[in-house]
Amino acid sequence: MAVVKADLQACQGYANCVIGADDVFDIDDDGVVVVLKAEIPEPDRRRVEDAARTCPVSALVIADDGAGE
Amino acid sequence: MSRPTTVIVGASIGGVRAAQALRAEGYDGEVVLVGDETALPYDKPPLSKAFLAGKATAADITLLDEEQAAAAGVRLELGNGATGLDLAARKVELADGSRLSFDDLVLATGARARPSPWGGRSGVHVVRTAADALALREDLRRGGPLVIVGAGFVGAEIAATATALGIAEVTLVDPVAVPLSRVLNPAVAERFGALHAERGVTTRFGVGVTGIDSGGVRLTDGTRLDAATVVVGIGAVPNDEWLRGSGLTIDDGVVCDRFSRASEDVHALGDVARWFHPRHGRLVRAEHWTNAVEQAACVAHNIVHPGTPRAHAPVEYVWSDQYDWKIQLAGRTGGELAHVLVPGPDPARAFAVLYADRGGGFAGAVVVNWPRASLIARRALAATAALDTVQADIEALTAKEERV
Ligand SMILES: Cc1cc2nc3c(=O)[nH]c(=O)nc-3n(C[C@H](O)[C@H](O)[C@H](O)COP(=O)(O)OP(=O)(O)OC[C@H]3O[C@@H](n4cnc5c(N)ncnc54)[C@H](O)[C@@H]3O)c2cc1C
Ligand code: SF4
Repeated sequence: MAVVKADLQACQGYANCVIGADDVFDIDDDGVVVVLKAEIPEPDRRRVEDAARTCPVSALVIADDGAGE
Repeated sequence: MSRPTTVIVGASIGGVRAAQALRAEGYDGEVVLVGDETALPYDKPPLSKAFLAGKATAADITLLDEEQAAAAGVRLELGNGATGLDLAARKVELADGSRLSFDDLVLATGARARPSPWGGRSGVHVVRTAADALALREDLRRGGPLVIVGAGFVGAEIAATATALGIAEVTLVDPVAVPLSRVLNPAVAERFGALHAERGVTTRFGVGVTGIDSGGVRLTDGTRLDAATVVVGIGAVPNDEWLRGSGLTIDDGVVCDRFSRASEDVHALGDVARWFHPRHGRLVRAEHWTNAVEQAACVAHNIVHPGTPRAHAPVEYVWSDQYDWKIQLAGRTGGELAHVLVPGPDPARAFAVLYADRGGGFAGAVVVNWPRASLIARRALAATAALDTVQADIEALTAKEERV
């Protein structure tokens, strides 16, 4: 299982991530990313990583569960 | 048998994302990323915004450092630009005289700033590279007056950044009476022009430049603007000269089919690519960040799955940050299309302009300071929708926001 980490400070509301994976990301009325599900099953991981790579400000990280900070 | 090799030429957003997407697709061959600059690959949009302002550092805009490259199995060949391509031998020639063999080749050399046709005395800048932005930042320390020639997105962003840095006298010059009127309808383009004036920037629209000399900028109406620093932001030209004579079709970019293929096993993406866009039925070259990233993903797929290639048929998306305004454009926008204005929750600051094609189909949107409306528009464009439906969906947003 992988986990999604979003840097809400960095997010600029471009919504590229929502276009890439709208089951995982949305934006709120202030234009800040909302992570709809933080835990990503392995089969979805690549698709969600693809979506994270389209974030213009690199606000999204997909990490191994328990790993990292 | 030795492992296959993909050589990617051009080490900015398009090249870096192509390398990462290849690994994500499970590519297990060698990946070599060739760049002409010695700096680690970095991102361009901040060069007219946070990096120019000194708020983002070189590290902040780095796209791939040595550690990340090693982890992804990407060999960096920096400071050694490509000078030629031998298609028959499948080799790229580099500046130091060496030749790299490839099985697949990705062309991602982007574009460079169109040079000033009025000469380049010191204090005259273009902004395309980190070195350009640093040199401009250095000159801006002296204060104004600053004259910016060209009121496209990059010129407008530099005006906004300079104003935020406290430069008192900033003038934005453009020969077009209403800049951006090609991509926006006149009323909206005028609103953007007015934004500069509101923030203290002098605008001289509808007058051309006849020359730039040591003290300033001469205009076609005979006036002269004093300038300590001048920025020329008059567009970009694709870095495709090194491919002339290679056998590829070069025509204001590398001409590609719908699968971003310039030739068998040669792919192009980002600002340098002119590909057949299936939605528009013609060749298109885009100069936007999101296009480079999406095309990189598509090219990586096509390298790994050559039997089932994917066409690159994106919904255009560009953003621009000016002052405290967030401007987002999606799909087709512009003067010849019918349009409606939808006021946002705070109509003075936030609004959406929706454009329709002849049949009333939703064609595109310009959205200001209203990310959710922009998202609705982009989603609708990815499917097919009538303008009325999109308008109703966006209006429902304000109704909802007013209730809370
Ligand atoms: C100041 C500025 C602000 C921008 N702001 C925005 C924005 O707000 N929103 C938006 O959507 N887009 C913006 N853009 C556009 C966006 O940055 C580009 O569309 C994007 O960078 C294109 O990526 P690319 O990789 O195709 O090309 P480039 O970024 O141009 O990168 C090409 C790379 O290839 C290298 N190269 C060139 N020739 C060779 C060679 N022969 N051999 C090896 N390497 C070579 C270059 O040095 C460069 O590093 C902005 C651009 C600039 C310049
Ligand atoms: S793509 Fe990045 S900036 Fe845009 S909404 Fe998603 S997290 Fe925020």
